[in-house]
Amino acid sequence: MNAIAPLPVEGRSFISVANVSKLYETRGGGIVALEDVNFDVGEHEFISIVGPSGCGKSTLLMILSGLLGSSGGTVKIKEKRVAGPYTDLGFVFQQDVLLDWRTVLDNVLIQAQIRRLPTREMEARAKELLALVRLSGFENMYPHELSGGMRQRVSICRALLHNPDLLLMDEPFGALDAFTRDQLNIDLLLFWEETRKTIVFVTHSIPEAVFLSDRVIVMTPRPGRIEDVVTIDLPRPRRLAVRETPRFAEHTRSITRIFENVGVLREA
Amino acid sequence: MTTTSATPAEKPLGDIGTAVKFRWPWSRSKYQLSFPYSIAALIGLIVFWQIGVVAFAVPDYLLPSPSGIARDISLNWKVLLRHAGITALEVVTGFSFSLMIGIPLAALFTYSRGFERAIFPLLVGSNTIPKVALAPLFLAWFGFGLQPKILIVALVTIFPIVINSVVGLKSLSPQMLYLAHSMGATPAQIFWHFRFPNALPSIFAGLKVATSLSVIGAVVAEFVGADGGLGYVMMIANADLNIARQFSAILVLSIIGISFFTIIAKVEKLLLPWHVSVRNYGS
Repeated sequence: MNAIAPLPVEGRSFISVANVSKLYETRGGGIVALEDVNFDVGEHEFISIVGPSGCGKSTLLMILSGLLGSSGGTVKIKEKRVAGPYTDLGFVFQQDVLLDWRTVLDNVLIQAQIRRLPTREMEARAKELLALVRLSGFENMYPHELSGGMRQRVSICRALLHNPDLLLMDEPFGALDAFTRDQLNIDLLLFWEETRKTIVFVTHSIPEAVFLSDRVIVMTPRPGRIEDVVTIDLPRPRRLAVRETPRFAEHTRSITRIFENVGVLREA
Repeated sequence: MTTTSATPAEKPLGDIGTAVKFRWPWSRSKYQLSFPYSIAALIGLIVFWQIGVVAFAVPDYLLPSPSGIARDISLNWKVLLRHAGITALEVVTGFSFSLMIGIPLAALFTYSRGFERAIFPLLVGSNTIPKVALAPLFLAWFGFGLQPKILIVALVTIFPIVINSVVGLKSLSPQMLYLAHSMGATPAQIFWHFRFPNALPSIFAGLKVATSLSVIGAVVAEFVGADGGLGYVMMIANADLNIARQFSAILVLSIIGISFFTIIAKVEKLLLPWHVSVRNYGS
């Protein structure tokens, strides 16, 4: 595998987010979930959004995909303004959102059915994808027969079936144990190195964000806004061992410090 | 972990651990039915009943013996079968009407807020009307034939079907909707691929409640005025003080009710092999 250099940020912008804000009306008045959010995502870039619960990172992802409307500002994907659900993407949710009544294979194939893609081709592709995440032989099982990690892998296959350029992932591994999480992180990296899809990855784990990303968007709560954008210059391809390097520690430390500075983390 | 999946090794709570494993001689499936104590208790009860009636010489017009009931059935099974057919026809037709009207109605409630606000409270309120009390009215309007009975059956069964279907259709999680939208699903696709299958377990729960109500509805409607059906048989037998015949009719009615319920449960198992209520945990 050839070494992959981090992409220049000023490369062609795939997603551009300008002055996006989100206000929730509640009985106690308005709550500002997002305030003046600006950033760009380059094509083929792996970008993470990291922050504590309630900082609006999931909301931001929903707005990116057009599943949720913003209260102000614009989101453009491939130079086109997003208004209403943007469907040329794969979305992996925090919960696997598998359909209990469909087998593993049919859960992946729903993507093809809804999009009316050719069944035979897609079935072959679904089986390939399942094999890629080591789920061969589980095609005819129902979701309730699988573990949490297996379920989430099925949902990732579903998000990839139609081969979208863009993958949005909302804390996909947040509910998994550390081993499963590490494994899926490696799988995801291998997959990204091979396909170079543009990935926006939301997480509350700083090490996970550093390990995976080209850039990390650091978000802080109340109101949800971008505190900093950190470029991760760790060499690629990355493997688990990179997490023991001093450079990795520097990155996690610098991001941790940002949270300390705004008072999200306190050590005394 | 927030997963809702059960570990395969987990035993269902309702498992009767000490029940004798029983295999019907004619059953070739690998599924074993557990032979619970309740069947033994039922047999015990019948034996106790027989002995009691014989020992205390209870007259037939008060309480016939089980063997007396069996004799009545064996002598009159043709008549009973014919009337059972009439009752079963009323039950199935009324139930089918309610199914065909109830589920689309539930879908309307789910999609139209205005319709729901206008009609749903009326429906819930109307459930407090004892529907069988309308039977004499229907008799006056539609005569002694099948229509008033079918109408009563439909009326008593539509409520559980609609309510459970509405609950089911509305229980689609927001994440599931987001998923559907991210795929660009049309409203029709959302209904048929997400909302409806997601509602099926709840719909079947409603259908199962409706099965037992449907038999009650048909019999009570026949009590009020009929020229056929098991309710009619019971009214005639009652006038003749033929208690054994009444018991025969009750038995046949129970068989209709149980069969109907079993059919619905089988269809559920066939359609929803994934659902927690029908999962087979193996033996």
